[in-house]
Amino acid sequence: MKWQSRHLLGLEGVSAEEIRLILDTAGSFKEILERPIKKVPALRGITVANLFFEPSTRTRFSFELAEKRMSADSVSFSTATSSVKKGETLKDTVKNIEAMRVDMVVIRHSAAGAPHFLARCVDAAVINAGDGAHEHPTQALLDMMTLREKYGSLEGLRVVIVGDIAHSRVARSNIWGLRTMGASVIVCGPKTLLPLDVEQLGVDVSVNLDEALEGADVINVLRLQLERQTQGLLPSMREYNREYGITLQRLAGAKESLTIMHPGPINRGVEITPQVADGPYSVILDQVLNGVAVRMAVLFLLSGGEPKLT
Amino acid sequence: MSRKKSLWIRSGRVLDPGNDLDQIADVLIRDGKIASIGRVKKPPVGAEIYDARDKLVVPGLIDMHVHLREPGREDEETILTGARAAAAGGFVAVACMPNTSPPIDNQETVRFIRHKAEEAPVRVYPIGAITRGRRGEALTEVAELVAAGIVAISDDGDTVKNSAIFRHALEYASMFEIPVISHCEDPDLRGMGVMNEGFVSTVLGMKGMPAIAEQVAVARDIGIAEFTGARLHIAHVSTAGTVELIRMAKSRGVRVTAEVTAHHLVLTDEAVRSFDSNTKMNPPLRDEVDRQALRDGLADGTIDCVASDHAPHSQEEKEVEFDAAPFGIVGLETSLGLVLTELVGGGVLTLPQVLAKMSLNPARILGIPGGMIRQGNVADLTIIDPDLRWTVDRRAFQSKSKNTPFDGWELTGCAVATIVGGQIVYRREENET
Repeated sequence: MKWQSRHLLGLEGVSAEEIRLILDTAGSFKEILERPIKKVPALRGITVANLFFEPSTRTRFSFELAEKRMSADSVSFSTATSSVKKGETLKDTVKNIEAMRVDMVVIRHSAAGAPHFLARCVDAAVINAGDGAHEHPTQALLDMMTLREKYGSLEGLRVVIVGDIAHSRVARSNIWGLRTMGASVIVCGPKTLLPLDVEQLGVDVSVNLDEALEGADVINVLRLQLERQTQGLLPSMREYNREYGITLQRLAGAKESLTIMHPGPINRGVEITPQVADGPYSVILDQVLNGVAVRMAVLFLLSGGEPKLT
Repeated sequence: MSRKKSLWIRSGRVLDPGNDLDQIADVLIRDGKIASIGRVKKPPVGAEIYDARDKLVVPGLIDMHVHLREPGREDEETILTGARAAAAGGFVAVACMPNTSPPIDNQETVRFIRHKAEEAPVRVYPIGAITRGRRGEALTEVAELVAAGIVAISDDGDTVKNSAIFRHALEYASMFEIPVISHCEDPDLRGMGVMNEGFVSTVLGMKGMPAIAEQVAVARDIGIAEFTGARLHIAHVSTAGTVELIRMAKSRGVRVTAEVTAHHLVLTDEAVRSFDSNTKMNPPLRDEVDRQALRDGLADGTIDCVASDHAPHSQEEKEVEFDAAPFGIVGLETSLGLVLTELVGGGVLTLPQVLAKMSLNPARILGIPGGMIRQGNVADLTIIDPDLRWTVDRRAFQSKSKNTPFDGWELTGCAVATIVGGQIVYRREENET
């Protein structure tokens, strides 16, 4: 099949075939990353703008590296403040950048729907690198790539997503992608961090971590932001750690093949102990490498590239 | 004073539920008043003639909840442009909310608005603030405001959080027989929400405004109204739970009335999936269960009025990411069309019910003239073509602001003429011969 969509705004509504196409393409690009000369001319002449309206190290580096490996020309812009506070609207910012003949825009923004808004305003292809608590499709794709490498298929895997589901774009994109690919998903966290009607997304919901972990193949541990405590959603970090922290003791009865994932950055000692993060089940650094490959694939497919590489 | 030209409205279906009137008749207007209803054999010399065949001639529509933005945000709307939008929407009168800058919390601002309204094509009734500066702390000088011409008090946009102050506001307002219009929303429960909290907000990852934020405040306000015996009007009801609270209160005899907007009757939070900031308003679009309950509540009389909550915002402010956009949409020029298309067309309301909800009831609640077609009354009338198919085109709006989610919608039925004090202040072009 050939890639059809103009943008990658989220995984909601993306078909299993399309996800497979991205993951297959990413698989062939990953091989490039292992070469001594890690560069192909696939995106020569294509200009990509990385617009990060929210602080990010890992995702921005990952996109920038992916662009360089593909020989795209890229410019990056990073700010901690939203466009509105700066006095220039998001639309104006991007219109300006587009006027410089940019072909693709990668955007990270604190407002849900900001990439969708952009996609309506500009002609460039838009890639969502995380919009508020809405979606983070490339993260879910790299998570799925990592799992597919290990298990061969996602079909029937039991994936537990633990933590702050309400505020997590990683959780949402993972739920869409994993459900589409036939995995079963359990979301687990304190009631105050579970969004309303989340079960309607086709997931099981649990507030008891030990119960949720029974028979789990994969635990995707979400980062817990410290501000959840000041917002009154949690009594203390200490209590969160006791109830929902992933520790080696908790994993005593786990499958030998268990996989621990984390989208980063890790709050060591809050949602996960260092022993687990750095332990045998962890694939956290594989995720990071696969992130580059997945982003190369997405950039390539959105640029109109044919999936089969020579 | 020069005599106004007479107006002879020929052969329309004169429909006035308040007067039990439904007949094909001529309406003759002289000196701005209704001179006769029935067969006019010989019109006065020089009378202007309006051919109303196949049209409805109804009591002038009244929108009891609009934001005209003047003083303060004249770039978004003025009293004049807002009144023109009202006329184009079939309204002969509007009541304007006090969240202007400065707010309508003093006599001078009331006078300013009434002075500006002299130039306006429709009647403009100011609503005063409940508290000074709308800060929720100290009552405004209500007696003075009433003397200057306000018809109600409201801190619309915000809830009066302090229950004691709200109680005193109800008690104090009751001395003047004016209603207190309450924007019911617990600010803590609403938090930083930008849309209804429910499945759609979960999918979109947006911060939710839960239904309970409205219902907690409604329950409190009804409780205080019941305790004080004063009149309470609940603005823009949006949830099924609120409808039930009002229904129960009315059955106990609490003096509570309520309004709902056309957009809450027509749209649900599914519309927010577009990320179009013109689907962002407060209260937010709710879910299908709520929408149905609002329709039921309107039909069974729990909800008394349809109001637009006309809230103009500039394009610059609205054309941003959803989170950053202000709440509110314009409604004066779409309200009637939506009600006729969706509610009358959908079998929810009869035409007489629509007129009660959009003319008689608001007039009664605010204690203002209008709502009926009766000989000797001031001739405030709306002429409606119930069959006219038209397309909403926001570029053609009289309002200065274009923030509507209904652009491009095909509707059936709209006002073709608006008559205030016997003068045709708006005439739809297709109707001209």
